[in-house]
Amino acid sequence: MKSPAAPAPVTAPHAHAPGGVGEIMWTVILALVPALLFGIYMFGWPTLWLVLITLAATLVGEAFALRLVGRPVGPTLGDGSALLTGILLAMTLPPWAPWWVGVVGGLFAILVGKHIFGGLGNNLFNPAMLGRVMLLIAFPLQLTTWPDIAPLHSAAAPSLAESLAITFGGAAIDGVTGASPLGHIKTALTQGIGVSSSAPEVYSFIDGLFGSLRGSLGETSALLVLLGGLWLLYKKVITWEIPVSMLLAVALPATLLHLVDAERYAGPLFHLTTGALMLGAFFIATDMVTSPSSRLGQIVFGAGCGLLVFIIRTWGGFPEGVAFAVLLMNAATPVIDHYTRPRIYGRDRQGKPLNYDSEKEGRS
Amino acid sequence: MNLQDFIPFLKRTFAHGVHPPEHKAYTAGLPITRLPFPPKVILPLAQHFGKPSRPIVRPGQEVVRGEPIAEADGFMSVPMHASVTGVVESIERMPSARGPKVESIIIRTYDAVGQRTMYGMERNIDRLSREELIEAVQECGMVGLGGAGFPTHVKLSVPKGFEIETLMVNGCECEPYLTTDHRLMLEDAKNLLAGIRIAMRATGAKNAVIGVEDNKMDAVKHLRATIGSATDIRVGVVKTKYPQGSEKLLIKSLLDKEVPSGGYPYEVGVVVQNVATLAGLGRLMPKRQGIIERVVTITGPGVRKPGNYLVPLGTTLRHILTQVGFSGDAGHLILGGPMMGTTVASLDVPVTKAVSGVLVMSDESVTHDADRIYPCIRCGKCLEACPVHLNPSQLGKLAAKRQYEAMAEAFHLGDCFECGCCSYVCPSNIPLTQYFRIAKAAYRDRVS
Repeated sequence: MKSPAAPAPVTAPHAHAPGGVGEIMWTVILALVPALLFGIYMFGWPTLWLVLITLAATLVGEAFALRLVGRPVGPTLGDGSALLTGILLAMTLPPWAPWWVGVVGGLFAILVGKHIFGGLGNNLFNPAMLGRVMLLIAFPLQLTTWPDIAPLHSAAAPSLAESLAITFGGAAIDGVTGASPLGHIKTALTQGIGVSSSAPEVYSFIDGLFGSLRGSLGETSALLVLLGGLWLLYKKVITWEIPVSMLLAVALPATLLHLVDAERYAGPLFHLTTGALMLGAFFIATDMVTSPSSRLGQIVFGAGCGLLVFIIRTWGGFPEGVAFAVLLMNAATPVIDHYTRPRIYGRDRQGKPLNYDSEKEGRS
Repeated sequence: MNLQDFIPFLKRTFAHGVHPPEHKAYTAGLPITRLPFPPKVILPLAQHFGKPSRPIVRPGQEVVRGEPIAEADGFMSVPMHASVTGVVESIERMPSARGPKVESIIIRTYDAVGQRTMYGMERNIDRLSREELIEAVQECGMVGLGGAGFPTHVKLSVPKGFEIETLMVNGCECEPYLTTDHRLMLEDAKNLLAGIRIAMRATGAKNAVIGVEDNKMDAVKHLRATIGSATDIRVGVVKTKYPQGSEKLLIKSLLDKEVPSGGYPYEVGVVVQNVATLAGLGRLMPKRQGIIERVVTITGPGVRKPGNYLVPLGTTLRHILTQVGFSGDAGHLILGGPMMGTTVASLDVPVTKAVSGVLVMSDESVTHDADRIYPCIRCGKCLEACPVHLNPSQLGKLAAKRQYEAMAEAFHLGDCFECGCCSYVCPSNIPLTQYFRIAKAAYRDRVS
């Protein structure tokens, strides 16, 4: 990491805390690995190809953009930020999506999501979520085709040859697909079937927690994502504000409405263990570049994300809304930052110097 | 004993700040010792904040240790005293720690002369009035020994209309490595208390509180024992955290008051003085002597015999480091602590009144393993670190665009006191503190 061109610091401070950008990115990547590997295991070879292709696309996109603006390619790829975008994007994709979904999504996320704004640190929106939403709108069929669980060793798992046909050959996979739990209850509701009868057909809390439900490849196991997130909290890479406020902003209204009408509204545990919520709360909304910097701002941001997720899931046209919610709140980040500026020492909230004289007069 | 000393969440402190590794163990246990006298001393006329002193000696003149050699040039200035017995070699421009050469008096030390302080006169300072006390403090040449170098008598002169409730005595020594104040509190508590009494009388303060970080509980215990039954002086234990020793933050920690932005501590009824400054007053004023020497912590990975050394003012770093043994070169020398100290380019720079430490660093200890500067990733660590609660990340982005007016007027850059916390925590290695120094200077230029 040491570059010979950088001079030793000659001005204070002469000390520096451990940890750099690269360390932060690699720690987040490490926290995602268990859920990612689990997803690959649960959905088999086609998933591995898709992940590798998506990562390759983001890295190639990053290298291309860096070359274009004349920045050093090697060290910047080494900081892990492009790889992290790739992993997050891949984890939100349907496990058996064809190869070009990964390529188009990865390139779009890096080039349009990140480098159009000026590269690392300058993007307004979460690149991975921008990539995912573009894919969802442009290719709705591919993005909503959910294969059944077929762990690597199982009889249902596609063989190596079949997996290549699925990923690269566009082989039809009709027989083994179905709806995600969120999609299933939404469709059922439109047919007049209540949550209490539709949810148990495709969902149980244990399955949601441990991850044997249909869904995006990295979102199935809420538990593994949660553990990764808790580890990030422990490593102080993220703070509690965004995940806690976001999860609460889903769980509270869900509980309330579930108590009012259990047939119309799914309960909080259903919400917490399905879809991308856990991944979103700990890994996507917490993206430092696109979330507010002050603690208070982060609470507002997280709560906004959570509420939007709940609203989209409950009343929106899409069964899942984490990507939309995060992007909408990303757009609000500069405003939130502006209105949650902390009070400066020796000044009042408006930024005027404290005036002790007037206070004294008021007291006497 | 105070309950708050023991229960962490009750401990007095300010919000934010950082916890750099302390590195104090090398020297904290080592008593203050004297080094051999240097063959010559270089005494810059501007060792303090304010107008330089005016020389009252000429080349070739013999001076006795303790004798005045320069007088104060007005109220915002202090006199200087010969720190060795010898002969004035010349008055010329010499290298200084800040870089440019400054007018200095150079005295060649006489060998084979007992370097006793020959100048001075016993007096009863209890008889002096407030005005006379302040005059006597100026006569002593005392400036803030904690590093600021602000003339002590100016700080003790409270403007009309303000009443001082509390004299705050700063014994935090929050910079890593430095241990001079710690040793002084342990070894010179009597003079410190005498100095506190002088400062209380000069300011009219009703009580005094000595702020000490909780990594120096031996000093706390010793001070409490020395204070004994006096009720108007107490020791306040504060959390060990950088920059606890910044006077405005210490006021927040111990008294829960905030000095208005742009204002002075006396506006909230407080005067702050460093422990070394007050111990100096307590030691020198009854004898009517001037400040001619100070304790300096010489430490760091490059020093063979680290310690707390008493050296005459004007002693060059070359002399000190030759005595204690060192490896490395001028590029690794820091005057002061690692958070706010300045690197020096030459070994011929003298120790002045405001120098509390000399650090000889190694390559690994000064540079971070990832020197590459990354773009700001808005992680918010600097917001969590800034003790003034500014937004260094935002300020840094404005600095890159040279929007100095916006920095100063909309984002209150003027409240930044360059403690270095933001640069210290920045994972992108952005030299924020340096940006802010440049921005302040550029803004001053544009406005004037």
